[in-house]
Amino acid sequence: MHDILVDLSRLQFAFTALIHFIFVPLTIGLSFLLVIMEAVYVITGKEIYREMTQFWGKLFGINFAMGVATGLTMEFQFGTNWAYYSHYVGDIFGVPLAIEGMMAFFLESTFVGLFFVGWKRLSKYQHLLVTFLVAIGSNMSALWILIANGWMQNPVGAVFNPETMRMELNSFADLIFNPVAQAKFVHTVSAGYTVGSVFVLAISAWYLLRGKHIEFAKRSFAVAAGFGLAAIMSAIILGDESGYTVGDVQKAKLAAIEAEWETAPAPASFTLFGLPDQEKMKTDYAIRIPWLLGLIATRSVDEQVKGLKDIIADNELRIQRGIKAWSALQQLRANKHDTAASQQLKKYQKDLGYGLLMHGYADDIAKATPEQIHQAALHSVPRVAPLFFTFRLMVVCGFLILALFLTTAWSVYRNNFMHKRWLLYSALLSLPLPWMAAELGWFVAEYGRQPWTISGILPTSLSTSSLSAASVQASLGGFVIFYAALTAVEMYLMVKYARKGPAALHEH
Amino acid sequence: MIFDYETLKLIWWLLLGVLLVGFGVTGGFDLGVGAMLRIIGRTDDDRKVMINCIGPTWDGNQVWLILGAGAVFAAWPLVYANAFSVLYPAMLAALFALFFRPTGFEYRAKIADARWRAFWDWGLVVGGAVPAVVFGVAFGLVLEGIPFHYDENMRIIMDGNVLDALTPFALFSGVVSLVMLGMHGSAFLNMKARGSVQMQARRWLGMLSITLIVLFALGGVWVANGVEGYVLQPGGNLNHALTPLNQHVSRAAGAWMHNFDNMHWMWLAPALGFAGALLAGLLRSAPRLALLASGLSVSGVILTAGFAAFPFMLPSSSVPSQSLSIWNASASEHSLALMLIAACIFIPLILLYTTWVYRVLRGPVRSEDVNKQEYGTY
Repeated sequence: MHDILVDLSRLQFAFTALIHFIFVPLTIGLSFLLVIMEAVYVITGKEIYREMTQFWGKLFGINFAMGVATGLTMEFQFGTNWAYYSHYVGDIFGVPLAIEGMMAFFLESTFVGLFFVGWKRLSKYQHLLVTFLVAIGSNMSALWILIANGWMQNPVGAVFNPETMRMELNSFADLIFNPVAQAKFVHTVSAGYTVGSVFVLAISAWYLLRGKHIEFAKRSFAVAAGFGLAAIMSAIILGDESGYTVGDVQKAKLAAIEAEWETAPAPASFTLFGLPDQEKMKTDYAIRIPWLLGLIATRSVDEQVKGLKDIIADNELRIQRGIKAWSALQQLRANKHDTAASQQLKKYQKDLGYGLLMHGYADDIAKATPEQIHQAALHSVPRVAPLFFTFRLMVVCGFLILALFLTTAWSVYRNNFMHKRWLLYSALLSLPLPWMAAELGWFVAEYGRQPWTISGILPTSLSTSSLSAASVQASLGGFVIFYAALTAVEMYLMVKYARKGPAALHEH
Repeated sequence: MIFDYETLKLIWWLLLGVLLVGFGVTGGFDLGVGAMLRIIGRTDDDRKVMINCIGPTWDGNQVWLILGAGAVFAAWPLVYANAFSVLYPAMLAALFALFFRPTGFEYRAKIADARWRAFWDWGLVVGGAVPAVVFGVAFGLVLEGIPFHYDENMRIIMDGNVLDALTPFALFSGVVSLVMLGMHGSAFLNMKARGSVQMQARRWLGMLSITLIVLFALGGVWVANGVEGYVLQPGGNLNHALTPLNQHVSRAAGAWMHNFDNMHWMWLAPALGFAGALLAGLLRSAPRLALLASGLSVSGVILTAGFAAFPFMLPSSSVPSQSLSIWNASASEHSLALMLIAACIFIPLILLYTTWVYRVLRGPVRSEDVNKQEYGTY
């Protein structure tokens, strides 16, 4: 079952995507903080807010460069390493990516240079508009990328075409109004705003602790505390759990996150902690809170949350139907006038992807044995333990950040934060938290989608290019070396310029 | 939609041309400036001037490339999947080289240390030259074909090592591309920079424009006589050729000239390539006109390759009958129509605000300007 090429391709994608997402949320969040600071400058005319915009803008620039560099990899990689995926769903998946380029990335990239060099060439209002367009561009970029990603989780608005042997778009509206994409978008940009706020908060706290740049740090701290509180609250409340009730694979993901082996009577209890055992399909030492899961997941008291055992049983049936679809498809591709095959394909078409799951379990999908089908069904849901723990860790990070912003926003309101050293230390030490939460969140979203790249449509094991494992090994090595070196340089410059503080404005 | 499927495919082929020309003309001079950084820039001051000429705008220019790749993904998923995976080593070489650009432009000035700056200088040279060569090689390979075929489920199978496909003609195309973008970069610096950079750039503009004329002519002779072109055998309605599995393709030396023989207006493209380069060289003391001419030359060269290959997008050298063309490798009618609407809305907007940004940033870059330690100097 374990195909080394598939494993390496996944590892490379996971590595490059997770590194990319170190830089992206900071761009998303910091760009809006820059807009806020500059707007205050334009409205009040206070020079210190211009200095704040320029200083945090400098750190923004150091980060932005890496976002651009690592983002290019993402666009290349669907073609270089996931060629069958690109063929099979490019007709749908490519559309939001192309629109992202036209509508968002162009805007952001064209104006970002003007943010830096335009201060003397533009009026105050024009410059504020430029900063705003950079922020809008980066946020719209997130929207289209998440529409693409949301489609991988819940592929709506598309239909299989046996002649071209791929999925084709039939409803653009379904694609963009996909509830999963909407939930992901608000959750992800809120997480980005949180990252930006904690970044500004932590560095300002550090200045305050060292008694440097007081006026500057005080104001930055206050802006970050206010924006951050709103951001983390919306990230938590608009958690994308609400998107887990639509789409079959989302349901399996939810059940795995919650270690929900059996379908419990509604409303289900929430497993706060425990040790999931995949083999025995049960959770040891579970601590459960009655009702909570049902409420979170279904926003109701009478809807059930389906358990993994039932999902697996359903999937076994779907695989059997999928095999029929596959056989019909093979006949149809051999003779496109075979009407019996065409009818059979129509009948079982929506389970075709489940038939493809047999790839790797049976040499000839059409002749799969019941035992092979059973094995494939057992692996048709993600592994529970990694999801169970990473999700909880993400939530812990989220609540720690919430606590941080509640206390800081309160002391900003009371205007006594400068003297609370414990609070300033907590703000400084919280710096890694939002990044941890963001990376864990992506792990949950993408690992939780396994064994699919496109939920219910295309298994991961079929999605790769026909490359040799050695060439992916070599490229993965290259990525690790390049990314490690460039990230180290970026961090070094970030620390160097953060240390200099606003004085850095008067040099390069 | 007022257009039928076949027309949509044609429109998207033209739009791809627009995006590639957009990248060649704007991102092209950025790559050229990068590649020439240690040649034209003799001192740290010179190189600072060069980087500040393109620093504020290169990022936007590069999006033409990103959008080009995105458009290929969305409008020709088969071409995207095929070109990027079959040319894996070349694509990754270009990608790794491109990493040096955002980082180089942003980080070079941040530390005033000779070795630090020298490192990023060379990074920017690599980031300019390697992609320029790789894109040229890719155009060469479009004309020569690359070794692949499809299995019965449309999975791409590579026939042999792609490094074997690096024929002399493909490498030659890489050189043409490097010279062309070097010329264009010089033309841009000649317009934007002052002082020693402008002087050096003007000298190189003269030399590279002549070199390009010679190489482009040589390439033409090579394509007309040496390179085996591909010919799509007529048969059936093009719209019914939805996959590359049911067509007949033959090969013949000089076949890439057929389009020019049949459609004489296509000669405009190579004519533009030659005339533009010639004028860019001759008019080098009228920098704006020279830059315009150089841009036209770049457009002409890119379009010449595209016109010659039409309707092919990526021929297969191992199984020519499975070559990808604009007819058999496109996205569905629905997707093409949707993206056409998006393109009609956004591409004019992009042109509009890009023009505004260039207007704001107009005016020459001198070494005094870049040494004032102003905010945002690269």
